[in-house]
Amino acid sequence: MISYIVRAILIGVPMLYGATGEIITEKSGHLNLGIPGIMYVGAIGGVTGAFIYENSCGNNIDNMNPFLAVCIPLLCSILGSILMGLIYSFFTVTLRANQNVTGLALTTFGIGLGNFLGGSLIKLIESDMPSISLGKTSSFFCTKLPFADDLGWFGELFLSFDFLTYLSIIIAIIASIVLSKTRVGLNLRAVGENPATADAAGINVTKYKYVATCIGSAIAGLGGLQYVMAYATGSWSNDAFGDRGWMAIALVIFALWKPHLAIFGAFLFGALFNANTYAKGLGVETQELFKMLPYVVTIIVLVFTSMRKKREHQPPASLGLSYFREER
Amino acid sequence: MSQKPAIELRGITKTFGKVVANRNVNLVANRGEILSILGENGSGKTTLMNMISGIYFPDEGNIFVDGEEVHITSPKDAYKYKIGMIHQHFKLVDVFTAAENIVLGIKDGKYDLKKSTEKIREICDKYGFDLDPEKKVYTMSVSEKQTVEIVKVLYRGADILILDEPTAVLTPQEIQKLFAVLRRMREAGKAIIIITHKLAEVMELSDRVSVLRKGEYIGSVNTAETTESELTEMMVGKKISLNIERSEPKNPTDRLVVEGLECQNRAGVKVLSDVTFTARGGEILGIAGIAGSGQRELLEAIAGLQKVHSGQIIYTNPKTGETENLRDKTPRQIRELGVRLSFVPEDRLGMGLVANMDITDNMMLRSYRKGKSMFLHRKAPKDLAERIIEELAVVTPGTSTPVRQLSGGNIQKVLVGREIASSPKLLMVAYPVRGLDINSSYTIYNLLNEQKEKGVAVIFVGEDLDALIELCDRIMVIGSGRITGIVDGRTATKEELGILMTKTTNESAGDTNE
Amino acid sequence: MSKEKTARHGFEAPFHLAKRDDLKWWQAWLIRIAAIVVALLVVGVISMLLTKESFFKIYETMYRGAFGRLEKGSTVMLWIFLQRTAILLGLSLAVTPAFKMKFWNCGAEGQALAGGLASMICMIELGDKLPYPVLLLVILVSSMAAGALWGVIPAIFKAQYNTNETLFTLMMNYVATQIVKYYLYLEGGGSNKINPVSTGNLPIIADNEYLLNVIIVLVITVLMYVYLNYSKQGYEINVVGESRNTARYIGINIKKVIIRTMIISGAVCGVVGMLLVAGTDHSIDTNTVGGQGFTAIMVSWLGQFNPFVMVIMSALVIFLNMGSGKVTEACGLNSSFADIAVGIVILFVVGCEFFIRYSVKFRHSKKEVKA
Repeated sequence: MISYIVRAILIGVPMLYGATGEIITEKSGHLNLGIPGIMYVGAIGGVTGAFIYENSCGNNIDNMNPFLAVCIPLLCSILGSILMGLIYSFFTVTLRANQNVTGLALTTFGIGLGNFLGGSLIKLIESDMPSISLGKTSSFFCTKLPFADDLGWFGELFLSFDFLTYLSIIIAIIASIVLSKTRVGLNLRAVGENPATADAAGINVTKYKYVATCIGSAIAGLGGLQYVMAYATGSWSNDAFGDRGWMAIALVIFALWKPHLAIFGAFLFGALFNANTYAKGLGVETQELFKMLPYVVTIIVLVFTSMRKKREHQPPASLGLSYFREER
Repeated sequence: MSQKPAIELRGITKTFGKVVANRNVNLVANRGEILSILGENGSGKTTLMNMISGIYFPDEGNIFVDGEEVHITSPKDAYKYKIGMIHQHFKLVDVFTAAENIVLGIKDGKYDLKKSTEKIREICDKYGFDLDPEKKVYTMSVSEKQTVEIVKVLYRGADILILDEPTAVLTPQEIQKLFAVLRRMREAGKAIIIITHKLAEVMELSDRVSVLRKGEYIGSVNTAETTESELTEMMVGKKISLNIERSEPKNPTDRLVVEGLECQNRAGVKVLSDVTFTARGGEILGIAGIAGSGQRELLEAIAGLQKVHSGQIIYTNPKTGETENLRDKTPRQIRELGVRLSFVPEDRLGMGLVANMDITDNMMLRSYRKGKSMFLHRKAPKDLAERIIEELAVVTPGTSTPVRQLSGGNIQKVLVGREIASSPKLLMVAYPVRGLDINSSYTIYNLLNEQKEKGVAVIFVGEDLDALIELCDRIMVIGSGRITGIVDGRTATKEELGILMTKTTNESAGDTNE
Repeated sequence: MSKEKTARHGFEAPFHLAKRDDLKWWQAWLIRIAAIVVALLVVGVISMLLTKESFFKIYETMYRGAFGRLEKGSTVMLWIFLQRTAILLGLSLAVTPAFKMKFWNCGAEGQALAGGLASMICMIELGDKLPYPVLLLVILVSSMAAGALWGVIPAIFKAQYNTNETLFTLMMNYVATQIVKYYLYLEGGGSNKINPVSTGNLPIIADNEYLLNVIIVLVITVLMYVYLNYSKQGYEINVVGESRNTARYIGINIKKVIIRTMIISGAVCGVVGMLLVAGTDHSIDTNTVGGQGFTAIMVSWLGQFNPFVMVIMSALVIFLNMGSGKVTEACGLNSSFADIAVGIVILFVVGCEFFIRYSVKFRHSKKEVKA
C-alpha cells in the first residue's frame, strides 16, 4: 500500500509541474496547448545536459561533482523550456496568432525535437536498447533525505523522494500564494480576466503575459526533468513520456485553476493512472478502463463547474483571446 | 473660492478624421464646486472629458491644473495631476473583490490588502459611501460598481473628479445617495465635474453649468441664476429647418398595440415599465429620448429578442384583420405567423448585418430559409443587392464586397434596403442616420416616407430632435423606461420634447427588483 | 502632434500597430505563400547544417521521400503520399464546419478513433454474419454514428452550459484511446494487438489499395465545399460563427446549429476512422490516427477553412513529413526531424497572419510645435 502511494506520487509529480506551469500561463489569458511539447523539451534538455556531463567525466561516477551533476541538467532543462515559452509568447502575444494552433504546433515541434535529440543520442552511444541510461546523474537527483530508510513507513512516505518531488509541492504552494496574496498575482489575474482594465490601471499587459508564459514553461519543463531523472531513474526512450502533458492540462481544470488543489489532484491522478497495476483482481482489459478515470473525472469537473457557473471556478475570462489595445 | 481654478481648458479642439468632436472649448472648474457639463448625445462632452483624463490628446488648446499648464498624455499622467475619471462603462475585473479592484495597478510599497481595506473603509466613512470592500464585483448592483469606481479614483488621491453620466444607470434612491456623496466631496474641497443631460439633476446638484452643443462651447451659467427653459434652449439651440417632406397619413389603422409592457435586464432591473402605445399604418411614430432610456429594449421586445416580463404586444394583420400576440415569440415564430415585421437595429454590423459577409450574403439573412431545397439560392439576393446598390446609390466595388469595407452610410443603405425589400407592414428603425452624412440621411428619410405612403406602420427611434419633428406624425417620448408623453409631430417644439425627455419624477424611473 | 501619439497611453514604442484595412485576397495569399517559402528555406538550412549536404541535394531528397522514383515508373511512394494526404485532409475537412462556427473541436483524434473502433467491432463481430454489401453499409453507418457521438457530447454541453469545448474535446480523445486499449486487450488477449482482419475490408479498386480512400476523401472535399458555401446549414454555421447576435436577430436556433454541426464534424471524423481501419490497416491500435487529428486542426486553420486550399496545405504537411523523413533516413538523422520541420512551417504560417491583419507603422517623431 505504501509503495502504491509512493508510486502514485511519483507519477503525479510531472503532472503537478505541468499543471502549475499551465495555471500560471492560463492566468495571463493564454491557453498553452504547447505544454506537452514544452515538458518534452524540458526532459530532453535535462537528458542532453546530463549526457554531456557524464561523458565529460569519462562515465566514472567518482569524477562527478554532485552539484554540477544536478545543476547542469537542471539548467539545460529550464533553458530549453523557457525558449519554448518564448516562442509561444512571441507568436501569441506579439503576433497575436491563434493560441490553439500555435500551441499544437509547438507540441508537434517539441515532441519532434525531444525524439530527435533523444534518438540522436541513442545512436551516438550505439546501444542495443532504444534508450539512454543516465543512472549516475539520476542517483544524484534521487538522493533521499536522511533517515528515510530508518523511519519505516513514515520515512518511505515522506522522506524517500527526490528533491524535484519536494520542489514541485513547494513551487505549487508558492504559486498559489503568489497568485492569491501578492500584488504581482493580483496584476496577473487582472491581465487574464480583463486585459483592457489591467491596461487602463497601468499594468504592462505584454510584459505580464510574456513573463507568466515563460515562468510557466520553465516550471512545466521541470516536470519533464523529474520524469526522466526520478520516475524513470535516468533512462530515456522516445515517446515514453506518453500523454502526461495532456494530463497536466486536464489537471488544471480539475484543480479549478488553483495550484494548491493541483497537488492533491496530481496525486489522485497518479493513483488513478497507477490503479491498474494494483487492481490485480481485475483483468488487464478492465485495468485499461481504469486509466480512463482521470479524463472522465476531469470532464465531469469541467461540466459541473460550467453548470454551476460559480465565477471563482471558471477559466480566466479572456482565456484564449488576443489583446489589442486599440481594438474598439 | 478666490484661489486659482482647479482645472481650466482654453481653446480645446479635437477632430477625428473629418468629424469635429470639440471646437474651441473653454471651461473652468473650481475647487469646492460641482460643475455640470450639459449637452445632447454627440455634443462632445465625453470626448472633452477624455482629453482631461488622458485618453485623447487635444489637437489644439491648452489645459491648466492649478494655473500650471500640463500635458496629459495617459491616464497615469492624469493621476499625477490628481484627476480621476469615472467612465460610463466600468473598468472592473468581475471576479475580484472591490478592494482588489481598487488597489489594482498601484505601486505603493508592500502589498497589504488588509491595510488597503482599512484605507478604503476610511474613505467610505469620510464621504458616506456604502461599500463592502470584500464583496466580489460580479455580485454587485450597478450602483455598487459605480461606488467602487469612485472610491478607486479617491484612493489614488484624485481631487478633481469627472463623472460621465453617473446617474444614467441608477434608481432615484441611488441617485440621491450619489448626490449626497458628491456634496460631501464638494465640502471637502474637491472639484467635481459631472457630465449629464438631465436638467432636473443639473438644477438640483450643480453650482455652475457649462453647455456644449454639437462640439461647440455655448456658455457657462450659475445654476442659481438660470432656469430649465434657458438651459434647454442653450442645449438644443434654435430650430433648424431640414425641409423633410411630410404627407398627411392616409386613413391610419391600428397596426401594433403595445399594452403595459414591462421588461427587465439580466440583473433584474426594470428597463421598461408600463409602456402603452399604438403604432398605426400609414404613419411614422417617432420615439425620442435620452440614449439608453429603454428604446433598444422596446424594439427588441417587439422583434422577439427581449424577454417580456408582463404586458401584451398585439399585431393586426392589415389584410385579414386577424390579431396576433407577439409576446414570448421568437423572431422565427413571428415570421411564421405571417407578421411582416422589419427591424433596423441600432447595432448595424453587430446585429443587423454580418461584417465579414458580402452584400449578397447579407441580403439573404432574412430570406435564406425560403423554399424546401437544402441549398441556398443566391440569384434572388444578388439581384436584390444589385437593385439596392443602384436605387440607393451604394458606393461599393460590387455585390461580393464584405460589408465591413463599406462606409457607414453605405452600410446603413444596405441594411435599410434589405429590411424594406421584404415589403414590411411594420418597420422599426433605430437611429438610422447616426454617423451618416446629410445626403445619406435624406435618402433614409425619403425611404421611410415612401414606406409610410405605402401604408406601413413606421416606428422611428431618433436622436436628432429637428428631424423627429419634421419627419414624424406623432412623437412618443420615453424617459427611464416609461412613456413621458406622446405629442403631435406637427405642433411639437424642441423645448417641449426636451422637457419631456429630461423629466425624471420619482415615480417615472424604474425600481430595482433585487 | 503626431496622430498616433494622441491615442496612446503611457509608453512610446518606436513603432505602432494598427489594424490593417483589408488586403486584397491575392495580397494575403502572397504573404502566406512567402511565409511557406521562407519556412521551407529555414527547414532546408537547418537540415543542411545537420547533414552537411548541399542545399539542393536536401530538396531533392525531400522530393524523393515524398514521391519516390517517379521517373522510373514507381508509384508506390506517390500512393503512400496520396493516402496520407487524404487521411489528413479528411480530418481537416471534418473539423472545419466546427471551426467556422468558432467551436474549437480539438477532438478529431478521438472522434476518428471512435469511428475506427466501431468499424473494427463490426468487422470482427459481424464479418461472417452479414452479406458483404450490407456489412459495408453497417460499418459505414456505425463508424459515422460513433464519431458523431464523440463529437456531439461536448457540443450538447457547450450549447446548454457553455462548457469549454477545447478542453472537453481534448479529454474525449484520451477517453477514446483508453477504450481502444481496453478493446485491444479484450480482443487480442495478452498480446495487446489485433491481427489484420480479412472480413469487412473496403473493396480494392483498380488493384490499388489506396485509390478508394483517396476518392472518398476527394468526394468529401467537394461535398464539404458545397455544404459550407452553398447550403442553408452552411450559411447558418457561418452566421453563428461570425455573430451570435445576428443569428439571434434573424431567428437562428444557435443551440441546434452547434449540436447539428458537431454531429456532422464527428461523423466525418468517423468516416476517416473507417478509412483507416477498414480501408487501410484492417486492424486498430491506439496509434491508428497517430496525432493527425491535431495536425488537422492546424491544416484547417492554415487553409482558412477553404476545403480546396486545405488540399494543398495537407499535401504540404505530408510532403514535409515524408520528405524530411527521407532526409533523416538518408543522412542518418533521427526520423523525428520531420515533426520539427512540420512544426516550423506551421509556426511560420500562423505567424504570418499577423502581417495580414496588422500593419506596423514606424513612428516618425514630429517635433512638437507648441506655444
